[in-house]
Amino acid sequence: MLPIGIIAPDFELYSTPDQTLRLSEMTDKKVILAFYPADWSPVCDDQMTLYNEMGKYFTEHNAQLIGISVDSKWSHLAFTESRKFHFPLLADFEPKGEVARLYGVYNEKTGECKRALYVIDEDKTIRWCYLSPVGINPGADGILNALEEIDNLKIVNQ
Amino acid sequence: MKQLIPVVNSNDHVAGNSLATIELVEYGDYECPYCGRAYPLVKDIQQKLGSELKFVFRNFPLSKIHPHAFQAAIATEAAALQNKFWEMHDRVFENQKILDDENIFLLAMSIGLDPERFKNDIEKKSLKEKVEKDFDSGIRSGVNRTPTFFINGEKYHYDWEDGQLLKYVQGLLTHTSVS
Repeated sequence: MLPIGIIAPDFELYSTPDQTLRLSEMTDKKVILAFYPADWSPVCDDQMTLYNEMGKYFTEHNAQLIGISVDSKWSHLAFTESRKFHFPLLADFEPKGEVARLYGVYNEKTGECKRALYVIDEDKTIRWCYLSPVGINPGADGILNALEEIDNLKIVNQ
Repeated sequence: MKQLIPVVNSNDHVAGNSLATIELVEYGDYECPYCGRAYPLVKDIQQKLGSELKFVFRNFPLSKIHPHAFQAAIATEAAALQNKFWEMHDRVFENQKILDDENIFLLAMSIGLDPERFKNDIEKKSLKEKVEKDFDSGIRSGVNRTPTFFINGEKYHYDWEDGQLLKYVQGLLTHTSVS
């Protein structure tokens, strides 16, 4: 995985069938990148469903969560509609897994993203990351602790 | 190892012996089918362990996929104000496919709650806050799906179906009584 403290590499991916999302366009916001293996699979389903309930928490910390997998934008669209997700899923589809590779979380053997989390601050610096065993849903406590730490440090430095 | 935060306290609903050797905490969603399946299994564990078990239920409603889960949780908390939390908890799980407002009210009546008081209490901000606080504690404790169990303060990572949870707590009990 990429080290903490560096600027998160920029990327642009489809977030809907006709719209793309670029990391550098998300100015003045913290970004949580949640790489996950596959739409529809049981563990990913639980994980994304949990994050979907946490909009209020992420907003409190001025953060936006983004899911990324190698599934196509059409699969993401169907998954989003089926599960009523309120956050974007990005399609790291062509060239396949390019962004996951850039972030050091591509699984060459399965051709899927690993289950990995990055928390990026408002200046796009990577502040926290976590690689979860593929079969284990990492929950959200790690993300929340990271977001709180970033905000607490800001208060101390002011 | 993920720990229960905060530990079981006076805000929790406790069934069984509060001084029992085994403390089982469930984070659950009343409209979640897996929690519905866990409900009789927990009952079975309660029956088999008797006074050796303390059982606590905390709310973890996944409102985006289960539109009635939050209101159902509120209804059990309102029942708690009339000292009937567990009766309502049971009724709600036993009817988890029909948890619209009207049926929730009928369930509340079926356990003998005071209707006016119940109607009034479910609007209370304090109950909403209680449910939200439970959810918050779940997030802090690393709950990642429903149901998630904690045994004596530590997250239970294994399968809970097919008698596995029962076997686990029974094993723990044997171990504790030997040592």
